[in-house]
Amino acid sequence: MEMPNPNAAILSRKAEIVARLKEVLPADAVISDPTETRAYECDALTAYKCPPLCAVLPASTDEVAAVLRICHEMGVPVVPRGSGTSLAGGALPTADSVILGVAKLNEVLETDFDNRFIRVQSGRTNLSVTGAVEEEGFFYAPDPSSQLACAIAGNIAMNSGGAHCLKYGVTTNNLLGVTMVTMEGEVVQIGGAHMDAGGLDLLGVICGSEGQLGVVTEATLRILPKPEGARPVLIGFDSNEVAGACVSDIIRAGVLPVAIEFMDRPCIRATEAFAGAGYPDCEALLIVEVEGSDAEIDAQLALILDIARTHNPVELREAQSADEAARIWLGRKSAFGAMGQINDYMCLDGTIPVSALPLVLRRIGEMSAEFGLEVGNVFHAGDGNMHPLILFDANKPGDLEKCEAFGAEILKLCVEVGGCLTGEHGVGIEKRDLMTTQYTDTDMEAQLRVKDVFDPNWLLNPAKVFPLAHTESRRAG
Amino acid sequence: MITVSSETELAKVIAGAEAPLRVIGGGTRGFAKAVTGDVLSTAGMSGIELYEPGALTIVAKAGTPVAEVEAALAAEGQRLPFEPMDHRALLGTEGIPTIGSVVAANVSGPRRMQAGACRDSLIGVRFVDGRGDVIKNGGRVMKNVTGYDLVKLMAGSYGTLGVLTEVSFKVLPATPAQLNVVVRGLSDAVAVQAMARALGSPFEVSGAAHLPGEMTMLRLEGFENSVLYRAAQLTDLLQEFGEISVDEADLWAQVRDVTAFAAQDGDVWRISVKPSDAPKLVEKLSVKSVLYDWGGGLIWALTVPGKDVRAAMVGTGGHATRVRASDRDLPVFHPEPASLAAISAGLRAQFDPRGILNPGVMG
Ligand SMILES: Cc1cc2nc3c(=O)[nH]c(=O)nc-3n(C[C@H](O)[C@H](O)[C@@H](O)COP(=O)(O)OP(=O)(O)OC[C@H]3O[C@@H](n4cnc5c(N)ncnc54)[C@H](O)[C@@H]3O)c2cc1C
Ligand SMILES: Cc1cc2nc3c(=O)[nH]c(=O)nc-3n(C[C@H](O)[C@H](O)[C@H](O)COP(=O)(O)OP(=O)(O)OC[C@H]3O[C@@H](n4cnc5c(N)ncnc54)[C@H](O)[C@@H]3O)c2cc1C
Repeated sequence: MEMPNPNAAILSRKAEIVARLKEVLPADAVISDPTETRAYECDALTAYKCPPLCAVLPASTDEVAAVLRICHEMGVPVVPRGSGTSLAGGALPTADSVILGVAKLNEVLETDFDNRFIRVQSGRTNLSVTGAVEEEGFFYAPDPSSQLACAIAGNIAMNSGGAHCLKYGVTTNNLLGVTMVTMEGEVVQIGGAHMDAGGLDLLGVICGSEGQLGVVTEATLRILPKPEGARPVLIGFDSNEVAGACVSDIIRAGVLPVAIEFMDRPCIRATEAFAGAGYPDCEALLIVEVEGSDAEIDAQLALILDIARTHNPVELREAQSADEAARIWLGRKSAFGAMGQINDYMCLDGTIPVSALPLVLRRIGEMSAEFGLEVGNVFHAGDGNMHPLILFDANKPGDLEKCEAFGAEILKLCVEVGGCLTGEHGVGIEKRDLMTTQYTDTDMEAQLRVKDVFDPNWLLNPAKVFPLAHTESRRAG
Repeated sequence: MITVSSETELAKVIAGAEAPLRVIGGGTRGFAKAVTGDVLSTAGMSGIELYEPGALTIVAKAGTPVAEVEAALAAEGQRLPFEPMDHRALLGTEGIPTIGSVVAANVSGPRRMQAGACRDSLIGVRFVDGRGDVIKNGGRVMKNVTGYDLVKLMAGSYGTLGVLTEVSFKVLPATPAQLNVVVRGLSDAVAVQAMARALGSPFEVSGAAHLPGEMTMLRLEGFENSVLYRAAQLTDLLQEFGEISVDEADLWAQVRDVTAFAAQDGDVWRISVKPSDAPKLVEKLSVKSVLYDWGGGLIWALTVPGKDVRAAMVGTGGHATRVRASDRDLPVFHPEPASLAAISAGLRAQFDPRGILNPGVMG
């Protein structure tokens, strides 16, 4: 993966830039010592690293605005950062950029249970948003697996999803408003506690813009009452095709589970060895979870199990207790860790139409043999969001490149069958150069024009999302 | 009137246009400021292109009648989650509403509160912008964060950024059973509290409307036993608010279409606010008639002609849209703060640099 050459003029002005930033921030909020800036050299895509020019940790919207005014005036690129858990390299710095971290902005500003929203500073972690409302029986729905660490800022920038988004939607469907600072240092309020925008849906385009349109400092989020209960079932099949057909039949029957998760054999074996959840050794496994009162859950599960039985499952396991429910989820939740135990892995995130599932899994199996790299599949089957995990050895020369080439082939396949490159992790640098497989130059140009409006000088996270060749003239200007 | 039957033809028309164009679907929501220019009808681009019930997705050309989309879904026991309003009765218009115009105006009904607005179900668009460029964004899968979300931007852009040619939606199963829990005799303020109580419960209320002087209605949808169970739970939960009954009457299409105002004179406003702010705002407005939807978050207000309700909204968040008025000089949309207005104007200038698409409709 290529990054643009750092601007030598900016590198040579480091001392001056740092001094200006220290005029508007407390000294300990400006990190410029090379031993310390290394803490910001990468996000969760650790194959790519580059320490920034410096990092700043403002503690208020005003401080964010002051930082951006300086960087704008001095022509310095800025890379916003939440918790650095992006798997796409969204928060990867360039050597000539300032990392603007929002970790100090972590307060709850307002909770309103009658109107069902919470207003928080954007550096607050996803899980601690639910933590702030759960005593009153509420929760914040989008639940990325990284929710203990990732920040609302990153969730908004990536439009993150989670296991429960089949029913509750992703970040954009649960975001009511933001306070955002533009690259020029202007503070804007978009949306609020009410629903829908009056004018153009600017909130809709900011969510998922990967830190390229503005720095979000506060967010108003929709909160929901917790369901009375939830319970999963585990269904094992001896064929991926049949498991895929079962997913489709469940959906057609009119039940809307909160989650339908799918794991294939390599992934099942890995998690069994790692977590010992007691999964059957079969080709495909579904975890289907429904919500409601006990009686409602019983009724929905009865319907789901009836449908499953018509597909001759090799295993049907209903959780009879909270403990059994936890065991059903245990393997799924430790899937990434289990694969990581075997080797380094790269996690892909393409989405496909559910009907293409059998074909795509078969092709991935064939390609795995061609590339000589193992792959396990675990994903959100209800919405077609795949997570193939390709195993490779980072210490073996050439393995990373081979893995990336394999990953690119899988993502191209996702696009070919009518899907997309990324369902929830974002493009970042990782999928930047594949954008041309999904979008024509005209499609991309329309997106670049949106950035031209918000950030005419292309200083905010400029080397991401779009192929460098497509943005070169704008970044230079 | 210019009619086009394909995207390619549309792109040619727009690229070659020398005067403003007035984009219409079925022309049933013609309550914008009088727009100059040739009428460009999109109704000729019609038809469902793909429907996969097992994947909960449907793709249709923009000029497809809403009724055709709804019928195709109903045949498979599914529906558009956001329950789009039919404006014909309220506006006294005729014609066939199109799915593209539902998107262009982000039209959503009572279920918006629970299932999201039109923009939340919209997963893909194709459109021709003011330069005549054919652009696609999103697609036919429900999780997609590849590049910027122009899908949301196009929803509610009223044909000012581009003319939609194709729209894709995530749909939901239709529910076999429905019940209303009805509370009578509540003041507006208490009704909003009762609705908040219900909406803060785990009983999945999919409609919450207050018809002043008549009743406060809470809709439950789902499988029959579940609906019965939740109706009993809600009845218990709301005991203290007064006389409660449960019925099967389906009044939600009337709430959705605001039919109560259809035969009454006056201007109609659609006001989106924080629910608990609604009763106080309504008091300030001195309305002729009012209807609360979305648990109070949506106020439909019938006012004397020529009154701009926004004067009363200073200091309250939210926004008001003028939906029907005799005085067409009143702005349709809520004026934006200068910073946002500049961004919106910048976007329009990028997508429609010649200013030929529905000029003046939004700003
Ligand atoms: C100014 C204005 C404000 C409105 N406000 C609301 C509102 O607040 N809430 C609400 O529920 N409904 C609103 N509507 C109504 C909404 O337009 C109708 O409900 C719509 O669905 C009627 O369908 P139609 O085909 O008859 O639309 P039309 O009346 O033909 O068109 C409605 C709008 O969509 C645009 N349009 C139509 N087809 C396309 C297309 N293919 N590509 C791009 N643009 C297109 C038109 O230019 C027009 O602005 C509004 C309409 C207008 C014009
Ligand atoms: C183990 C693991 C599991 C994961 N599981 C999921 C999952 O289930 N679903 C999912 O969707 N993702 C998942 N992710 C990916 C990641 O956690 C999400 O993308 C998350 O939203 C990133 O949040 P962050 O705060 O760490 O952002 P960062 O990594 O710091 O940044 C992400 C992007 O947001 C931008 N950004 C950060 N702060 C701001 C701001 N204030 N204003 C504007 N832009 C900003 C950055 O520039 C960058 O482009 C997972 C990651 C890991 C490591």
